[in-house]
Amino acid sequence: MAVSADFLQFLFSGITVGAIYGLVGLGFAIIYNASHVINFAQGEFVMIGGMTTVSLIGLGLPLLVAVAGAILATVGIGLLFEKLAIEPARDASIVALIIITIGASILFRGAAQVIWGRNFHSLPSFSGDDPILIGGAAILPQSLWVIGGAGAIVAGLQWFFNHTLAGKAMIATSHNPLAARLVGINTRFVLMLGFGLSAMLGAAAGILIAPISLTYAGVGVMLGLKGFCAAVLGGLGKPMGAVAGGLIVGISEVMTAGYVSSAYKDAVAFIIILAVLFFLPSGLFGDRGTERV
Amino acid sequence: MTALGRPGTRGLVALAAIMAILPALLPNDFLLGVATLVGINAIVCVGLNLLIGYAGQISLGHAGFFALGAYASTILVGEFGWPPLAALVAGAVGVALLAVMIARPIMKLKGHYLAMGTLGMGVVISIVLDQEVELTGGPDGMPVDAFTLFGWEPAGEMAWYWIVSGLLLVSVWLALNLINSPIGRALRAVHGSEVAAAVAGVDVARYKVRVFVVSTVFASIAGSVFAHYSGFITPSEASFLHSIELVTMVVLGGLASIFGAVVGAAILTTLPQLLAFLHDFEMLVFGAILIGTMIFMRKGLVPTLAGLARRWRR
Repeated sequence: MAVSADFLQFLFSGITVGAIYGLVGLGFAIIYNASHVINFAQGEFVMIGGMTTVSLIGLGLPLLVAVAGAILATVGIGLLFEKLAIEPARDASIVALIIITIGASILFRGAAQVIWGRNFHSLPSFSGDDPILIGGAAILPQSLWVIGGAGAIVAGLQWFFNHTLAGKAMIATSHNPLAARLVGINTRFVLMLGFGLSAMLGAAAGILIAPISLTYAGVGVMLGLKGFCAAVLGGLGKPMGAVAGGLIVGISEVMTAGYVSSAYKDAVAFIIILAVLFFLPSGLFGDRGTERV
Repeated sequence: MTALGRPGTRGLVALAAIMAILPALLPNDFLLGVATLVGINAIVCVGLNLLIGYAGQISLGHAGFFALGAYASTILVGEFGWPPLAALVAGAVGVALLAVMIARPIMKLKGHYLAMGTLGMGVVISIVLDQEVELTGGPDGMPVDAFTLFGWEPAGEMAWYWIVSGLLLVSVWLALNLINSPIGRALRAVHGSEVAAAVAGVDVARYKVRVFVVSTVFASIAGSVFAHYSGFITPSEASFLHSIELVTMVVLGGLASIFGAVVGAAILTTLPQLLAFLHDFEMLVFGAILIGTMIFMRKGLVPTLAGLARRWRR
């Protein structure tokens, strides 16, 4: 059976963007698990990661140092955000918390416009721009960086959740915060950890994708929304579900753009999520919930 | 129970009085225009508050219905030569039919899944408006013909101010009546607990669908009025950010407070105008104000201030 070169090409592009959506979705899932909040500033973490790297490289720092610096800076911002805006409103309603995260996303975008202006910035590819030919499809080395980087992060997180005390504390808190507190888990620390981890994931996604898609102050809006789609598609609060959701969204998006029309490319993620929610109100891998009166 | 409606009636009279003296206090047409925009946003928010504040169902896609109303008016009047009022009504009926179709599956969703579903719907509407260039003019937007009613055409800011004020009063009156009726009590029961409401004999699904449809009709009519008032519309009316703005107005003013929705609309519509002098720092400060208000007045402005006033009187 011959697989056409076009198809392979689309598949690789789809997996590349899908990996990014997956990382963003994973960020949504982790914060949701730690606090039951949807963090609408998740896309802005992506933007901050990409933009800071561009700035640090502009200062003449080597790529590796710039990447490390950008991730640290984004994590710092994520922790500050949790400390200054989420922590003081911990007992507020979910809607109020959502508005706070929306306020933060506006604040971050506003700050980015002040610092970096409204222009598009580009980041050089990590290892050149010479495409690698596989089965007739031309793959950019940066795509391999995205797929490999995302894979490594997901594997690392998997290990963290299953084999470390802090990771297990996060899983326990996501199942039942009160019970977690009763067995001595510091749920406030879990909340901080959740925001730190999500900021790290967002920054990593932003840095990996920046050489392919450029970065600018508003880049996080659509990425954030599609990452949210990925997280919901996978059943909110299921980290690996979010990754699977991201891949489904990314591949369908590129296939639609390639075979049908690129006009409705950005709508694909939302049409999939609407179709799925109409039939499975808790996403593909979500629990069928019950309500206690 | 008879006292239940009274504070509402008093508020309605106060609102009418404020709107009547406002033009005398506003020195120029620009500020009158801002007041008109406040009124248009307030109409959407009063409807949206029925859904979010009273029935407890969030919508992150209401800008989509606002834009559908606006585009229905623009296209029916501009391309097909319909009378503007007929176009407005047709737009509202069309939006209501669409809402009825999607309400059943959408209102089955809960919490964050509902947020996702409504958000997705709004984004899809905005992308369709953006891509169907032949019909909508695409991202560049399209001009809107003037509003006429039996040969009369509202001229100038003042005329529009009175039209919008009148519509807002009617909207508030309708909303107050709705929440003080058995339907309103059923909605609040649904907000408290859907299962408990269902056990008490409330047809939960039917009430949620109804209030969703009512709120979309408010948005559609406001959209039509906005199109004729501003004279030009773009797909950004349907954007996610606009939806978010509308929800923020409702939450900031105070959930389950009809006048809170009006206050929220007034503050969030005028704030960007007041912050315009900050230029590049406008968004940053706006975001900070949003966060600060939600941390310190988490029930929203009107309920928080009303609570303070009550405590102070004691």
